[in-house]
Amino acid sequence: MDTDQLIRSLAADNSHRAPRVGAMLTMALLVAAPFSILIFASFLGVRPDVMTAMHNPFFDTKFAVTLSLAIPAIIISLHLSRPEALMRGWAWLLLLPVGLLAVAIGSEAMMAPAMPMSMRLVGRNSRACLMAIPAMSLPLLAGALFGLRHGAPSRPALAGALAGLLSAGLAATLYASHCTDDSPLFVATWYTIATAVVTAIGAAVGSRVLRY
Amino acid sequence: MRGREDEWTGLMRSAMAGDDAAYHRLLKAVTPVLRAAARRGLARAGQPPDQAEDIVQEILLAVHLKRHTWDSEAPFAPWLFAIARNKLIDALRRRGRRIFVDIDDFAETLPGEMPEETASAAEVATQLNTLPQRQRDVLQSIAVESASIKDTAAKFAMSEGAVRVALHRGLAALTAKLRDH
Repeated sequence: MDTDQLIRSLAADNSHRAPRVGAMLTMALLVAAPFSILIFASFLGVRPDVMTAMHNPFFDTKFAVTLSLAIPAIIISLHLSRPEALMRGWAWLLLLPVGLLAVAIGSEAMMAPAMPMSMRLVGRNSRACLMAIPAMSLPLLAGALFGLRHGAPSRPALAGALAGLLSAGLAATLYASHCTDDSPLFVATWYTIATAVVTAIGAAVGSRVLRY
Repeated sequence: MRGREDEWTGLMRSAMAGDDAAYHRLLKAVTPVLRAAARRGLARAGQPPDQAEDIVQEILLAVHLKRHTWDSEAPFAPWLFAIARNKLIDALRRRGRRIFVDIDDFAETLPGEMPEETASAAEVATQLNTLPQRQRDVLQSIAVESASIKDTAAKFAMSEGAVRVALHRGLAALTAKLRDH
């Protein structure tokens, strides 16, 4: 086929309008969320003492940390779905949860310790945390990758990693309401490891499925 | 150079607002620039320039199917060149060459070195034959026989809507096949 002929067929298809990537990502995440919530409701559930826990600033901090990961990751993944987009100028957004955690760890260190540091670090739920966050992330990750496939990222592995971060951030938000370990040390250790696993999966799958 | 790129941005804005003729003009206008850059990329990778047209067609298909990622407030050329660069790198990689492609390869193409002629390419034609019958018929009718959507609909006793769907699906399937083959 010669190029003029191809151009003619493309021009004839100009009336076709595709939704924006943001709309696709939102839709895909809304379809995926019930699956993650089902895992949460079947195996975990909200912790029984949630009403008292809400008065503990370190319990609330967990949500600030996980959402300050999920929301910037969503914003950056949409930015990267444009082919000419650069990571430069955007990466600092991902330092938000890191900074929050550092402040929280610092304030906890200044308080009279309720438990020895080793207990706060290891907690009671480290293994559950390592299983639950990735498990609840997977449906969201699949949704995020499906939505982002609609974009045109120049670096598919990086875009996939962001999909991993955003789904881990959302899954960790659910998990935080179940877990009774509120120490920022626990969050900084186990949530981070779980997030890293999901991010690596996202990058590996993204490098294949996000090519356009 | 600057004037050329402003003109492209204007044409793309009209195209997105539903002006098919502006879209046609835009694709015709960018093709020689893409062709010159593809030839240069192939030459630098030590490949014969006769595959340039395959790459140009792949870029055009990607531009078409991803045009919703263009922000109409942004200039068109950087978006176009980013897609073109990706596709060129992909194409060279598939041919077993790893090469650094500079975005300036596209931006700095001078009018003198832009071959204007339309050229035929083998890959799209080959993949076209693997499409479902209906999509192939519609694409053939519109591309090769330059029939309108309306005429194509009459010829195959389809509704115009069905022709549009078949055309779009055919183009999307072609792109996927070119990417994955």
